[in-house]
Amino acid sequence: MSKPTPPKGLGPLAKREMRFAYALLLPTFLVVLSVVLFPLLANFWIAFKPIQLGDLRTPSVLVNERLMDKLETVGAEGDIRYRVRNSSRKSDIEDIVMTDTVPASLTILSVDERCIQDGQNLTCDLGDYEGGKREDIIVRVAATQAFVDAPDNIKDTKPVFEFVPENALLSGDFTFENFSKLFDSSDFWPVLWASLYYTIFGTLGALVMGLFAAQLLNMSFRGRSILRGLFLSPYVAPVIAVAFAWVLLLDAGPGGTLNALLQQLGVIEAPINFLGTRAVTLDFGLFTFDFPVALTVVILFEVWRYFPLAFLFILARMQSMSTDIYEAAEIDGATPIQQFWYISLPQLMGILAVLFLLRFIWTFNKFDDIFLLTGGAAGTRTLTVNVYEQAFAVSNLGAGAAVAVVVFAVLLFFALIFFKFSPEDDA
Amino acid sequence: MNRIGNIFILCLLSGAFWGAIYGILVTLLALLVSGFEFQPQVIAATAAGIAAAGAMTGRPAAQRTRGTFFAAIACFIGVLLLLTGFKPLGLGLGTYTIGQIIFVALLAWLVVATVEMIGRGYGPATEKRYNVEVVILRFLKSFGLVFFTIAVALPFFVMVMMSLKNQQFLLANPLDFSLDLSVGAAAIFRSYIELFTQYNFGTFLINSTMISIATVVLTLIFAVPGAYAVARLKFPGQDFLSRSILLIYMVPMIVLVIPLYAVFSQMGIRNTLWGLLFVYPATTIPVALYMLQGYFRGIPAELEEAGLMDGLGRMQVILKITLPLALPALASVSLYIFMIAWNEFLFAFMFLDSVNLFTLSRGIAELNTSEVPRQHLMAGAVIATVPVLVLFLWFERFLVAGLTAGSVKG
Repeated sequence: MSKPTPPKGLGPLAKREMRFAYALLLPTFLVVLSVVLFPLLANFWIAFKPIQLGDLRTPSVLVNERLMDKLETVGAEGDIRYRVRNSSRKSDIEDIVMTDTVPASLTILSVDERCIQDGQNLTCDLGDYEGGKREDIIVRVAATQAFVDAPDNIKDTKPVFEFVPENALLSGDFTFENFSKLFDSSDFWPVLWASLYYTIFGTLGALVMGLFAAQLLNMSFRGRSILRGLFLSPYVAPVIAVAFAWVLLLDAGPGGTLNALLQQLGVIEAPINFLGTRAVTLDFGLFTFDFPVALTVVILFEVWRYFPLAFLFILARMQSMSTDIYEAAEIDGATPIQQFWYISLPQLMGILAVLFLLRFIWTFNKFDDIFLLTGGAAGTRTLTVNVYEQAFAVSNLGAGAAVAVVVFAVLLFFALIFFKFSPEDDA
Repeated sequence: MNRIGNIFILCLLSGAFWGAIYGILVTLLALLVSGFEFQPQVIAATAAGIAAAGAMTGRPAAQRTRGTFFAAIACFIGVLLLLTGFKPLGLGLGTYTIGQIIFVALLAWLVVATVEMIGRGYGPATEKRYNVEVVILRFLKSFGLVFFTIAVALPFFVMVMMSLKNQQFLLANPLDFSLDLSVGAAAIFRSYIELFTQYNFGTFLINSTMISIATVVLTLIFAVPGAYAVARLKFPGQDFLSRSILLIYMVPMIVLVIPLYAVFSQMGIRNTLWGLLFVYPATTIPVALYMLQGYFRGIPAELEEAGLMDGLGRMQVILKITLPLALPALASVSLYIFMIAWNEFLFAFMFLDSVNLFTLSRGIAELNTSEVPRQHLMAGAVIATVPVLVLFLWFERFLVAGLTAGSVKG
């Protein structure tokens, strides 16, 4: 007698459910595939290509058509010259075919060897043009009486081209130059360090401030909901609006509010260029320290803008804590600070860890904030700003993509570390 | 009874601290509102704060009455006036008299009320550690509230005020935010009017609204079925999907920009709103899916099973049972997606070249040149901020519940 075994594989009902689930997920999958996963791979592809921003314009064939001689008598002979060229200096064009119609008032005597004459129609197979190539196609014609009476403008019929342009994105040229230039350049390490400083301090600052703010609003008092709305507003407002408000607030020129305030208070003598000063040297007697001014200010902006997120989640967690444990602690005589340290904080560790992970990655990915505040000047150029700088300011798409690959690699590295050390239960 | 205990000393210290801080803040406020060059009298305000704290919390907690409160206020004002030679805000009382009186009264009330709150129910004698900690924490909390409020509000305050002031005035006197109401609303809101009449902000506003709403609709159309599948249906890879969908949200946008820019350029859809409508939902669908599946899991499966028993198909179950029950989550997810799309800067900046296609973020970026006066830039910032902020504050509770419920467990 055979032993009963559990059924193998999925039953018909389970299969139907599976198919239904896949059908529901398919649209999402396709969209994410085309806008996230495909570009991610395409970025690697571009990083290994020598491609400039201008190469995105596909090359085309340009032509200048001219009748070289004046034909004033019947039977006078002259040349029609087609000066054909590749619009791009770098990209090739393949299989160029030109067709044109010569006015009926001109008799075609001879045509270029690549052209075929069919009545007044010309079809010229010009083959392939490499980047920058130009050549002349000559067609010899003789004038008829009609032309002498009323000369046709030969430009009235424009030559038509068929061709296959080379696509700079799809071409077979590959190079390691983008990466070798990137790692050789003197500002690679400063950029990486700026990124790490920005990420670490921005994340920690936002978390600590969020924790502090959550403690403040975890008690009931009049105006609490107004303050909660206010505290969340930096996160809700458009980044471009608040970034420019900060820029004008911190402006070093006349009209900068903060500098004027500090001068009025007598704290500083001359205006400080908060967003334009790379570093000031602080002298502590025993040692000196180059304090990065602009980088600190953009970190402060990051903290200011993203503490609300931490605040929101920490507050939600705190309000879901049971009060029994606090009542028990009260009876046992635990002081408020002890209650915070030994009861609240351990319970908040889970959400703090998750927030740290998310904010760390998002801060590392952040581009707009620094780009709008400083444009990456004065020691605030992070990796993400460098992507833009290389690809669009220097117009070297390949180099930009190479920096983006580094961004992705660093991110992956952190992600692996986090997942290795992260506790199982949360997230 | 020991009259000078630790609580009393703490109260004096907080009186000194708040005297100095409020002294600076109120003076600056007076300066910003009036345009007169007031100078904070920090030392006098500190001393006055100590005196007022002594008057307020020197009495045993049970004996502090309304009279004590006003005595402390009087004490503060008296000390401040005497120490500053009757120039409480750094200028003689002759200038801006009524305003000065109001601001000094406000200053005194703030200091005394704060000190009263800090010491309420305790002191002045030495008390045990628990009560000392309560007083210290009250002090820290009052400091935190003032600090956060000012830090958060200051940029917004500057944004609004700069949008209403002419740049020439502000360059001459950057701290004078006083508004001359007599010139009429049209003159005060001139920069706003010019943005709409000369800088196409009406078009930008419409573009932003359309893009944001379309993004919300598209995102929900894609994310609702997906979230339902992940939350309710069993299929191979379900566990993996529900964990990893958020990973998509970790991919840096800047890595996607170059390939998308290149491909969209060659396809000719870069400088179109369709291009944005392709990118925005793709970046929001994963987070919407994640939030929604968290909420769907919370809906009792029995309700849906009852529907199935009664002969509804799966699609009908979703439409007739799950979605109505998930309305709060749908609302909060919609609001969040709207916010993301409305505030998006990077792709709008990279993709859009034609002025008539600009979204608000893109349009404001264009104002950041030396040829455009600053009040226009700030007015643009206000125009972009107000709708999303109002919408958010209006539905705040909704949003907060939805945001935190979907993603935070236990």
